[in-house]
Amino acid sequence: MVEETADTPAVLYIDLHLIHEVTTPQAFTLLRDMRLPVRRPDLTLATMDHSTPTTPVSSFKDLAVVGESAVRQITQMQQNCADFGIELLDFDSDSRGIVHVIGPELGATQPGKTIVCGDSHTSTHGAFGALAFGIGTTEVGHVLATQCLLQRRAQTLAIDITGRLTDGVGAKDLILAIIGKIGVDGGTGHVIEYRGEAISAMSMDARMTICNMSIEAGARAGMIAPDATTFEYLHGRPRAPRGDDWDAAVLRWSGLGSDDDARFDRAVSIAADRLQPMVTFGTNPGMVIGIGDPVPDGAGDASFRKALDYMQLTPGKPLTETRVDVVFVGSCTNSRLSDLQQAAEVLKGHRVAAGVRMLVVPGSQQIKKDAEAMGLDHVFIEAGAEWRESGCSMCLGMNGDTVPAGQLSVSTSNRNFEGRQGVGARTVLASPMTAAASAISGRVADPRTFL
Amino acid sequence: MTAAVKRIRSRTVVLPTKDIDTDQIIPARYLTATSREGFGKGLFHDLRFNKDGSPNQAFPLNQPAAAGCEILVAGNNFGCGSSREHAPWALLDYGIRAIISTEIADIFRNNSLKNGLLPIVVDADAHQWLLENPGAEVDIDVAASTVTLPDGRSLPFPIDAFARYCLLEGIDQLGYLQQQNESIEEFEKARPWKP
Repeated sequence: MVEETADTPAVLYIDLHLIHEVTTPQAFTLLRDMRLPVRRPDLTLATMDHSTPTTPVSSFKDLAVVGESAVRQITQMQQNCADFGIELLDFDSDSRGIVHVIGPELGATQPGKTIVCGDSHTSTHGAFGALAFGIGTTEVGHVLATQCLLQRRAQTLAIDITGRLTDGVGAKDLILAIIGKIGVDGGTGHVIEYRGEAISAMSMDARMTICNMSIEAGARAGMIAPDATTFEYLHGRPRAPRGDDWDAAVLRWSGLGSDDDARFDRAVSIAADRLQPMVTFGTNPGMVIGIGDPVPDGAGDASFRKALDYMQLTPGKPLTETRVDVVFVGSCTNSRLSDLQQAAEVLKGHRVAAGVRMLVVPGSQQIKKDAEAMGLDHVFIEAGAEWRESGCSMCLGMNGDTVPAGQLSVSTSNRNFEGRQGVGARTVLASPMTAAASAISGRVADPRTFL
Repeated sequence: MTAAVKRIRSRTVVLPTKDIDTDQIIPARYLTATSREGFGKGLFHDLRFNKDGSPNQAFPLNQPAAAGCEILVAGNNFGCGSSREHAPWALLDYGIRAIISTEIADIFRNNSLKNGLLPIVVDADAHQWLLENPGAEVDIDVAASTVTLPDGRSLPFPIDAFARYCLLEGIDQLGYLQQQNESIEEFEKARPWKP
């Protein structure tokens, strides 16, 4: 809206502001203190996902399972949205779910929009060719009050994916391999554009998995050029344009891709056809190996050693020998319908191994409904897994769903940080197929043996 | 709104681990609070305390020499992970006013600057010296954008000109955005498509 100068950052107008209960209370307090209204409640959409339970909620008693302060946070969110005229997809809404799942599902996420949210996985929405990134609570306040943000232009990083993914290897494996290659700080200061044959062939669900984890490489945002797959996904969704507006929008969106001769600050290339299913072995998403590969020794690096000690893993051995206690399928990375379908495909006709707890948490109530219409819930329940209401669940230990100390979890979420899934929890990040295969085996397992 | 930050002179406390993420800085279970105060209690909680709740004596912040240190020297890529502003709030509440590393994650750096916590990136040589000399008396001058080491070496650090101006004057950036109101209204009226 206003261009940047040497002395001042650009003023960026925000087209969609997604908000949730955890990173907004202090911003609303500021508005109240300053007696400011929300400038564009119509461009603001609220839901509750982080500190909400994934068991059914019909009363405050149900909410209390997550603790007193979480209940306070949830009721404050309801009050804030009511007071400031913001639409909240509350517990009784069929449209509620994880903030990064419902934006696209409702068609609110669209190519060319600027989208922010007080959550680092806002990068997910870049799958539609939107500029989408996470902000802190102070900036949430800025956007609520002015619909604008102060921003410096980011550097650009092109990631070219050559070839196609093979059977049993999915978008999650590809993004983990990318983070392993460029490192957890490989994207710092950059916006990534993912492109190439494997990306063009991907569904929107898979593209969202890719862009979702851009932040795990330190990138400010991740993007994929909108194409026919994007338009087909959005067509007819509740908040997508209709009629003549739709035609005009598609025309505009079609011109958003990078020019053929566009210059990037950096470029990296990766071969999709050579990838195996990927699993993390350490305490950040860059510490990742192919499922058949041995855990590296880190060449004496102290931080590396500390991570292996925490994970209780030995260098030189593959992860496939490792016993599994918990399997989690869910999170803004891998809780969409196709993720659940892939997990169910592996799980069908099998049982979750004795001693393993498997939790399947759809990303939204709509996905839950769609999955149930396809009978996926029966596959999960008959295999011995728990089938829940939507929410962030075990991705982060703040809503009642946690991994007990010392236990090993194979998780389709995005962060294997120390304590992320619960104090002392040991997390192995993997695809929905690898998660399902591991649930059956009771050990970290290659899904290709089940296909 | 925020107090001006001009100069910080303090001994350093050193946390050499690389890739310290915001879940380490403040675990998610502390994020159900609805005010900005009091997050210092949860700072580095699962590193600072043993399972039984007693302080982990081996953790750098728990050592007697760390008392009163306002500058944290950290391993590469400090503050990676989530966008939680609770991370800089926790550090400030505990008494840390500057972080020095070779790389600081984008969202954390941005959040820090908005709260008067200084994110400072120095070159690998200076960083190595700081890692090896915990307790060094360091002088950070925001106006000059330099870190001065005890031997007199003065290291320039990069900082966005606007962020520096806001720090030095104690200006909240919301005020600046509000001044753009006319441009915002014009933009909303003139844009060819409506979000």
